[in-house]
Amino acid sequence: MELLPHLFRTEYRKIIAVLSRHFGLDQLTLAEDIASETFLTAAETWGLKGLPENPVAWLYTVAKNKARDQIRRQLVFQQKIRAAIASDEKLLPQTDIDLSDENIQDSQLQMMFAIADPILAVESQIALMLRILCGFGIEEIADAFLTSRETIHKRLTRAKEKIRAARIKINFPTGEQIGQRSEAVLLCLYLLFNEGYYSSARNTVLRKDFCMEAMRLTLILIENEKTNSSRAEALFALMCFHASRFDARTDEQGEIVRYDDQDVSLWNEELILKGHYYLNLASRGNELSRYHLEAAIAYWHTVKNDPVEKWDNILQLYNQLLCMEYSSVRALNRTYAIAKTAGKPIAIQEAEKLGLDENHLYHVLLGYLYTDINSSKAIEHLYKAQSLAKTDRERILIGRDLDKIRRAVGGEI
Amino acid sequence: MNEFLLIFRRDLADTEIQPSPEHLQNMMKDWQHWMGGIAARNQLVSSGNRLAPQGKVVKPGAVVTNGPYVEIKEAIGGYILIRADSLEQAAEISKDCPILSVGGNVEVRAIIPMTA
Repeated sequence: MELLPHLFRTEYRKIIAVLSRHFGLDQLTLAEDIASETFLTAAETWGLKGLPENPVAWLYTVAKNKARDQIRRQLVFQQKIRAAIASDEKLLPQTDIDLSDENIQDSQLQMMFAIADPILAVESQIALMLRILCGFGIEEIADAFLTSRETIHKRLTRAKEKIRAARIKINFPTGEQIGQRSEAVLLCLYLLFNEGYYSSARNTVLRKDFCMEAMRLTLILIENEKTNSSRAEALFALMCFHASRFDARTDEQGEIVRYDDQDVSLWNEELILKGHYYLNLASRGNELSRYHLEAAIAYWHTVKNDPVEKWDNILQLYNQLLCMEYSSVRALNRTYAIAKTAGKPIAIQEAEKLGLDENHLYHVLLGYLYTDINSSKAIEHLYKAQSLAKTDRERILIGRDLDKIRRAVGGEI
Repeated sequence: MNEFLLIFRRDLADTEIQPSPEHLQNMMKDWQHWMGGIAARNQLVSSGNRLAPQGKVVKPGAVVTNGPYVEIKEAIGGYILIRADSLEQAAEISKDCPILSVGGNVEVRAIIPMTA
């Protein structure tokens, strides 16, 4: 049955978001239990009796009933134990669970802001987003992070404990909170997307799902006028431009294909156009955030056939981005742009000033820069890159570069 | 690594250079590229500020004059903060500063660290 896994993907997270909002985020585990039970019941019942007429409505009804039972149980508990305590609105929870589209959307939006609470480490925020806002399994999350099930399980459990201890609430963020928290929400979505886009995991389908989920959540943010911002629009444009190359950047074996070697006919025009649309929206004001700069860089990467101004613009954008905040990847990408505009010899001079000797990507870059200039140097750097690389996937990619150079020099080295 | 203040000075009264739009565009690119290079080596502490030519100088006895360019030929046009191994390295970095190509100069000053 293909339908149930699909529904699990799309509906599990909605049920969790609505229930967590209803019960409170400290009851996250309860919400997860109810959602899981709902799907287990579905698997049993549908397996025996066949599909209901409207499977989604069926799931919602079952989830609502299970939640109502839970509320009744809580109520009995409260009435027995806390009978002496004066009436408090919280003790009389509403029994009606609202699973309308609008409430689902609102719940997910609020959940995003709750999860981005600064009390949680960024990696925990991302894991929580993947688990409860996107409905990924612990195994899948562990795969993407290239870590074990236990690590992710622990990370999630600790995060939930913190949420409970700090009594983080799911509320509609106030104007002030939106301002303070939205940077963290955007960063979390950005990293979630990158997790899918740059992950070294081989599971291409799963990685694509991560990217799509990050885009879906960013769109929820944009579609609500209170939480929308030009930064969110720029981030979404960035995601569209990157995602447009998703199919071109891995080959049939799931190995990475470098930008220069990509089949441009595989670039997705529809996503590129969508990126244009949102980058234009993002550019209405005067704001120039890192997402604006990165989106502009990503835009130029979707321009085919390398017109003169392409790499010059990319170089200038990297200059600005670096002045905003340093990162080694940005420094390396800037040097690549220098190679494209001023030529490899000048880029080599710039590269050697970077002081990134322990970074495998630095040696990959120098390997590229020395190709056709000094093959033995190129090979030397690629060997170093291979020894510093963290995953097999990267080692294979570097191995391919090595083979290419060796073939070009006719096996002299 | 220590921190250094780079102060850019230029004769604001000098009207010899009449910039064209293209010239301005290139000047901007040169600055971005120079700063980008410093940032790419993770040596940019702060991109500082550019200063407007308008200013006043306040002197003892509540004397306020328009300035400061009346008195010093070379007015401060801006500053950035960088990280470098030594004063020599900081000066080396300054050699590529675009202010030099328009007749200006760079003053390199070490910042006295406040933590031991």
